[in-house]
Amino acid sequence: MPDVTCKLSGLEKSFGRNHVLRGIDLELRAGEVTALMGANGAGKSTLVKVLCGYHFADAGEIELAGAPFKPLDAADAISKGVVTVHQSIDDGVIPDLDVATNLTLDLLTEPGADFFVNDRKLRRQARKVAESMGLTMDVRTRVADLEVADRQMIAIARAMARAPKLLILDEPTSSLSASEADRLFALIDRLRAEGVAILYISHRMSDIRRVADRIVSMRDGAISGLFETEPLDYVGAVNAMLGHQMTEVDIDQVAGGDPILEVDGIRLFENGPQIDLTAREGEVVALTGLLGSGTTELAEVLFGLAKPAGGSLRLDGKAYTPKSAEDAVSKGVFMSPKDRSVNAVVPDFDIANNMTLPFLGAFSRFSFLSERGQRRAADDMIDKIGIVCQGNSDGINTLSGGNQQKVMIGRWLLQASRVLLLDEPFQGVDIGARRDIGHYIRQTAKGRTTLVFVAEIDEALEIADRIVVMHEAAIVGEYINKNVDLNRLVADVSGPASGQGKREAATQAMAG
Amino acid sequence: MNTGTMHKNPLELAIRYGFLVLLGGLALFFSLYASGFASPRSAVFILQSVAITGILALGVTCTLVVGGFDLSIGSVATSALMLSAYSMVVLEQSAFVAVALCLVMGAVVGLINGFLIVKMRVPDLLATLGMMFLLIGLQRIPTQGNSIATGMSLGEGVVAEGTFSEAFLWLGRHRFDLFLDRLLPVPVVVFLLIALLIWLFLGYTRHGRLMYAIGSNERAAELVGTNVQRYKIVAYMISGMLASVGGILLAARLGRGDIASGNNLLLDSVAAALIGFAVLGAARPNAFGTAAGALFVGILLQGLTMMNAPYYMQDFVKGAVLVAALVFTFYLSSRRGGRRTA
Repeated sequence: MPDVTCKLSGLEKSFGRNHVLRGIDLELRAGEVTALMGANGAGKSTLVKVLCGYHFADAGEIELAGAPFKPLDAADAISKGVVTVHQSIDDGVIPDLDVATNLTLDLLTEPGADFFVNDRKLRRQARKVAESMGLTMDVRTRVADLEVADRQMIAIARAMARAPKLLILDEPTSSLSASEADRLFALIDRLRAEGVAILYISHRMSDIRRVADRIVSMRDGAISGLFETEPLDYVGAVNAMLGHQMTEVDIDQVAGGDPILEVDGIRLFENGPQIDLTAREGEVVALTGLLGSGTTELAEVLFGLAKPAGGSLRLDGKAYTPKSAEDAVSKGVFMSPKDRSVNAVVPDFDIANNMTLPFLGAFSRFSFLSERGQRRAADDMIDKIGIVCQGNSDGINTLSGGNQQKVMIGRWLLQASRVLLLDEPFQGVDIGARRDIGHYIRQTAKGRTTLVFVAEIDEALEIADRIVVMHEAAIVGEYINKNVDLNRLVADVSGPASGQGKREAATQAMAG
Repeated sequence: MNTGTMHKNPLELAIRYGFLVLLGGLALFFSLYASGFASPRSAVFILQSVAITGILALGVTCTLVVGGFDLSIGSVATSALMLSAYSMVVLEQSAFVAVALCLVMGAVVGLINGFLIVKMRVPDLLATLGMMFLLIGLQRIPTQGNSIATGMSLGEGVVAEGTFSEAFLWLGRHRFDLFLDRLLPVPVVVFLLIALLIWLFLGYTRHGRLMYAIGSNERAAELVGTNVQRYKIVAYMISGMLASVGGILLAARLGRGDIASGNNLLLDSVAAALIGFAVLGAARPNAFGTAAGALFVGILLQGLTMMNAPYYMQDFVKGAVLVAALVFTFYLSSRRGGRRTA
């Protein structure tokens, strides 16, 4: 058994009356990747924040390499050997500076560093670091000009330059494509071989299958399952995280009525493949595909945020050429975008104002708002879609991710639409809220057509009547959501001959 | 998490009402210790001293609401001052033409500011800073850097013969009767009216609500179908027009196109708008707060003056109030916000 790098015992943390961590006991060992799984609100982020010095624990102890570890702040945690790469990559790099400077930044802040910067020396040192991490780019490239994966590698490389004992990776693949993720995994393999203890936080079964030596499941602030005997029990881990066996959702598959939205030969880029699609009244169509497969780009075209490189759209039989979001909304095409905190949430507003934002015109007379009308509509939607809150005047940021997302979706259900586009509606949403949202979308699906853009196949299976698979800006498969042949579906998603086995297995585990 | 109990929390009460209590306390203090402070005439004097600053501050509030900033308001006001003088004294136009010219000028400057920021993607501070310099220079060109007054030489023995019309001077100098004879000056009435309008517009119309949404998350506002660019341009146009209203009132009070007037307008009005963040714990720009902020500075200065504080203390006092208000807004409110999201 390898050495224990970090030992947590009886860790507790509360915010007010809310007990977020209820006694965590956990050992993280050198040269092992421990995957941490948990639904939203299980306490994963809080655990990470305690480890990296952002929060103090209320009770319990942490030992790092045998010595008590009580970081005063984030810098202290890093200097003692606990380094975290956070979910949002740009926290870890300085985008406007070049790779060399990013990799050697810590040398500049060291006591006794030279007053003048010797660029050539820095570049040499940076090249050494880059090589040791398997990075091949020119170190003079500006970080902002790199791809996401490279930026992330640099964030990790910076972290590694401090020779950490414990490396925490928080959802590192959330913005990576499959091949980019493979590079990250190769790097993790190397670090493991060097004897670093790694805590790997992720929702993605495929990642966890690839890298984990052991799995820890968290639920309601406590450890609900520890799996470390080969072969790892992935289904067990998922069950421990969710607290119940995942069952397939029963979909009353609907065929759909008249065509509402007709996509005719749309190309997402010059000389790209043509996309043809008909979305009918009353049906829910899921468009699924890996990151970069074109689902988001198609959604943007449909909502007037981007111009297609060719082809045409028809709405209710008439030509539809949306010029802007404003234009699309006025024609009855609504979209709930992905990344809600960036694209949807108005942090200064309360629930009612966030929800009614697109339709303020309907809540005002001679431009003067009817506050009562807004609040009544919000209360109504809070009931219908099941938002857990104290009232419609709660600040939006007091809500959990799932409830925020319910507000953002509910926003577009206040008024009838012809086409409802939902881009990643289940992003950062716990399983309960996901079910609520899916249920309500299906319940209200009559009278419009609904297109849902999701990367996860199980999410598509949970909500859609019809599943359309995209790969490299083309439609490569279409399935009626009834006894779907999962193997074929997964094969379509992965595209011709690329790591099918992994995705397939992952999907089966998630779909139970 | 425990938002239900927040209203009774002393910190919350302090954030909400602390500033207004301070304002009341200050008025009470000066009433007791500065003889003559507590009189209608003194109150009106305070209002008059803050009226023009306040009008400009309400304009800048609109740009702050959409997440922008307008540094050109001071120079727009002085440009309006010079333009109105020039059109009446040199071009011998009527008061109506002078006022209309100034308003159009303010709107056009706002439009250009908005265009630079929205279409040319120049950062707001830089665009309006550039505009400020441009206007400071531009307003001096027609008169070769001289002030404008009746009888001034126009070169080659020609003398400017136009005068400030009575109707124009009325805007700056007339006083309405209210309980007392000749109590309420026109600028104060204009200030109060504009404050009321902006308060209603920002707080109670859908346009105002969308402007706040733009200031809070521009991308989200755009994706719900708001015409973000139009609202931003309109905000700068409101700001420009209100600044030129301020300039007109200043010209009407002075009765000449004084090149050196209005130096303090920019800083004073920005300060009032920022102090306004602290009022009622809003922690964001708001019309009521801006008006209260302007009043706060006015009361403080008037009181101190009546207690024989030297004039050169004024800027120091304003600065101190501003820093205190900003701490109030950002530190205390962030602590409150932190607790809420924890």
